[in-house]
Formats: sequence, C-alpha cells, structure tokens
Amino acid sequence: MKTIFALSGVVIKELYRRKDFYVLFIITILICLVMASVNVFNDDKIVRYLKEICLLLIWLASLVIAITTTARQIPAEREQRTLLPLLAKPITRAQLIIGKFLGCWFACGLTLFCFYVFFAALAASREHHLPLLNYFQAAALHWVVLGVVVAMTLFGSLVFAAPSSNATIIFVFVAGILTIGRHLHQIALGQPEPAQSIIYAIYLVIPHLEIFDVRDLIVHDWPVVPWFYFGMAVLYALAYIAAFLIAACLVFRRKAVN
Amino acid sequence: MISPRLYILLLIALMVACFAMAAKLEPQFHEWRGSRADGDIFEITLGEGRALFANEFYVKADEYYHSGYYPSIFDNRENFQTPHIAEDTGAVASKNKGGEEEQGFRMRQLDWIDAFSRHFYPNRHTHLDQGGASGDLKDSGEIREILPWLKLSADLDPHNVQTYVVTGYWLRSRMHKPDEALAFLREGLRNNPDSYEILFELGCLYNEDLHDPGRARNVWELAVQKYLKLSAQDMKDNRLLMEKLGTQLGLLEEKEGNYPRAVYWLQLAKKASLTPESIQSMIDDIQKKMPENARTNSLPALPPQ
Repeated sequence: MKTIFALSGVVIKELYRRKDFYVLFIITILICLVMASVNVFNDDKIVRYLKEICLLLIWLASLVIAITTTARQIPAEREQRTLLPLLAKPITRAQLIIGKFLGCWFACGLTLFCFYVFFAALAASREHHLPLLNYFQAAALHWVVLGVVVAMTLFGSLVFAAPSSNATIIFVFVAGILTIGRHLHQIALGQPEPAQSIIYAIYLVIPHLEIFDVRDLIVHDWPVVPWFYFGMAVLYALAYIAAFLIAACLVFRRKAVN
Repeated sequence: MISPRLYILLLIALMVACFAMAAKLEPQFHEWRGSRADGDIFEITLGEGRALFANEFYVKADEYYHSGYYPSIFDNRENFQTPHIAEDTGAVASKNKGGEEEQGFRMRQLDWIDAFSRHFYPNRHTHLDQGGASGDLKDSGEIREILPWLKLSADLDPHNVQTYVVTGYWLRSRMHKPDEALAFLREGLRNNPDSYEILFELGCLYNEDLHDPGRARNVWELAVQKYLKLSAQDMKDNRLLMEKLGTQLGLLEEKEGNYPRAVYWLQLAKKASLTPESIQSMIDDIQKKMPENARTNSLPALPPQ
C-alpha cells in the first residue's frame, strides 16, 4: 500500500503544479459572480438559476480535469521513458495502475472539495441556509462517479493509441450516458428486433453515470436521497471501478513498456 | 543605438492617434445604418434562431415550476401539452387532460436500473406556488424562481405575447410586485402594440393591484377594440379571452353602478362563452337591481363575433 500511495502522491502533486484546475476554478467563479450580479425584477432571493449554472460548470470542469489528467498518465510515462525505470523498482504493474488511479481520483476529490465549498458559499449567500447533508450527498456521488470515469479513462489509455483520442472517446461516451443513458430502454422499446435487444443489452451493460447526477435534487431543494439507495449507488460505482481496473491490469500485463 | 525613450514617445503618439481616430469614427459608426452597436446582443449573435431558444427557456420556467419533475422528449407528453405556468394564469386555454394521466408521464418501471434511478431525480408532481418539493405552503414565494427564465425568454423573443402575460400574472398576483409587472407589461406592449392579451393583463393589474378602475376600464375597452379587429377564425380561437374581458368589464361597471353598461359587456361575454348560462344568471342578477326605465334604454348593438 505504501508504494501505491507514494505513486498517487506524485499524481496529486502533478495536479497542483499544472494550471488546469486554477483556470477552470477561476472561470467558474467569474461566470457565477457575473450571473449573480444580474438583476431579475429587483428580487435578490432568486437563487435556483444560479445554483444550476454553478453545478453545471462544476460538472464540466470536474470531467475535464478527471479525463485529461488521467488520459496522459501512462502515455506520458512511456513518452518520457520513465515507465521502464519505474517498473524496475520493486513495484508490480497492478500497483502502478492502482497508484495512478488513486492519485487521479484523490486529485479529483480535492478539486471537487474546492468547487463544492464555493458552491455552498454562493448558495448560502442567497438562501441563508446550508443543507449540508444534501451537499455532502451530491459531492460524494459526484466523486464516486468521477472514480468510474477515471478508471474508464485509465483503461482507455492502455487501449487507444494517443491520449487525445482516448480523452475524446471518453468525453463522448460519458456525455452520451449522462444525456440518454436513462432513456435507452425507452428507445429500445420503439425499435424492431434485433436492434431492440442490442440497445437493451447496451443499456444493461453501460455504467449508469446519470444516476449520480443529483443536480436537480440540489437545485430544487428536494430532500436527501434515502441512505440505503445512496449506499447501493456507491457499491454500484465501486463495482464498475473494480471492473475497469481489473481490465486495465489485464491489458497492461501484456503491454510492451518501451 | 535607439534610445528606449524614443519607443515610449512613439507608443504615446500611437495611443493619441488611436484615441483621436476613435473619437472621430465613433459618432459616424453609430449613424451608419449597418451598425450593430446599438442592437440587441441576442439578435446579433442568434438572429432568427432566438425564437427557438426563447421557447426552450419558457419550457425551462415551467420545469422550475414543477421543481424539476418534467417530461423529457423520451417521455409520454400526450397529456402534457400546455405549460402549467400558463394554464394556471387562466389566460390560456388548456389542452392538458389533468389528473393521473397528466402526472404519470413517466412509463411504468421497466427494470431494476429504472426503479433504482428514480430515487435520484425528482419523482413527484408539485407546483412551486403550492410549496414545491418541500410541500410547505409558507414557501409559496419560491415561485420567484421561474422569473429569470421567463425574462430571458422575453429578451430572446420579444414578440411572444404569452411570455409577457404569464410573467405579468405571476409578478403581480403571487410575487406582489405590481410596479415590476407594470414595467414588464408595458415593455411587452411596446413590442406588441396590438396585443389584446397584454392589455387584458394590464387591465387586471390596474384593477386588482393598483386599484385604478378608470385606467382598467380604458385598457380593457382598448383590448376589446383590438380583439374585434381580428379575423373570424382568430376570434373563434380566442373566445376565452373575450369572455374574460367582457366579464371583467361587466363586473367593473356593476361595481361602479353603471348597470346598463354592465349588462352590455356581459352580453358580449355571453356571446363568446362556452357556458353562457352562468353569465346569463349574472345578467339576470344585475337586471333585478336596475330601475324599470333603465332596462329599456337602448345600448349600442353588440359587435359581431
């Protein structure tokens, strides 16, 4: 475990040396402050539109950080020829994959913490109350789903040729799931066979990332998700994380490192 | 070697030249017909495509009214045709079927993923003016949350009359902001000078919120004039509003003691109404209050509808 955490520590340091997070964070703050300054019928209690815009920006920024950070991890090690010396140390390939995964995932957690603190402050400045449990659930589910995205991207970085193609494919895949993943079974019902069975099979196999997107509940002040279902959702995501990491380890085991 | 001082002087000279050119060209540019400097930012960037976005934001306002519980393009929208923000104003004829058919636009749960995911997004039909997701009636002021999207929709498509009417209604009746409603409806009237719908809402604002029946009468009578200029088909399609105009004018005149005028307007409303019996009973009540000679006094003939 010590080796894994040492590897992940390097990834976290890389994130705060790079400027991606700072740029996205500042852009989010600026856009939200500009939107907050808009006068809508002299009513300063209107907040939901602001919460929606802020959460949308947080989701976009977090996905950009998660995918771009993860996609370049192993290809960069290979390009800089540091992968072979790294594996020459007493470290297995599986430990390398898990270390990289944990580093990217924890880095995403840190960025999410900053984003959600800003979001909570912005919402509280208008609403004058702080539903901490709701925000905790939203941030935790968001972090867990980023774990799935990071594991998926790590697996993709071993399958696809270049980090750019990997990042593009993962972006399209994640955006597709977030927008139509919930409705795929309805689309399947309207199709003739065998398209119906194929689409339904895709619906059952894909990780349903949209489940973790509870922005509507936060924006419209719905009560917290029952903790049983919250726990089940976390287990569901962990299962996909494990599946992608095992697949990545299997691919990396046979991959040439030079 | 050229001294840095020369560069600084050159830079200053260029800045002065730029400033002088800008001062010279700016007024000419504003006078130029092709200038877009004074145009609406949405018009410049989106052109005629604005109306599409405007409708999206109008629907977004209705989605907020339902606290996020709203049919997507994949759901069954057959029973959910008219936005509730418009339906609840009473100014729009509803095509919704109501009841469970309307609320149950989501299909039955098809599998475990579907059943499980329903715990993670809004899954109950609520209205913001009835407390929204919390169900707490003290929170009925939450209706304010629909306003940014309605304002944006009106900015994008200033010729969509319904946006002004709906916004005006919620501003005056639930948000108790008659001044803001008045300003917004006037803006709507400037953009749509022939709109009897906006005039009707403006009359309601004068009558109910600003307690100015004189102005309300003038505005409503102007609305009737605009309505009577419509084609026969348009009149038929907008009978609901004419019924409301006639009824409001009738009630106003009754309150002022002008019984013959009240009967006149109510008869006009009766002609437009799908349920003329209820209006006839109102006419009968007024006629009982009228002196005998007033009943026989002739009033102008009712306009054709």
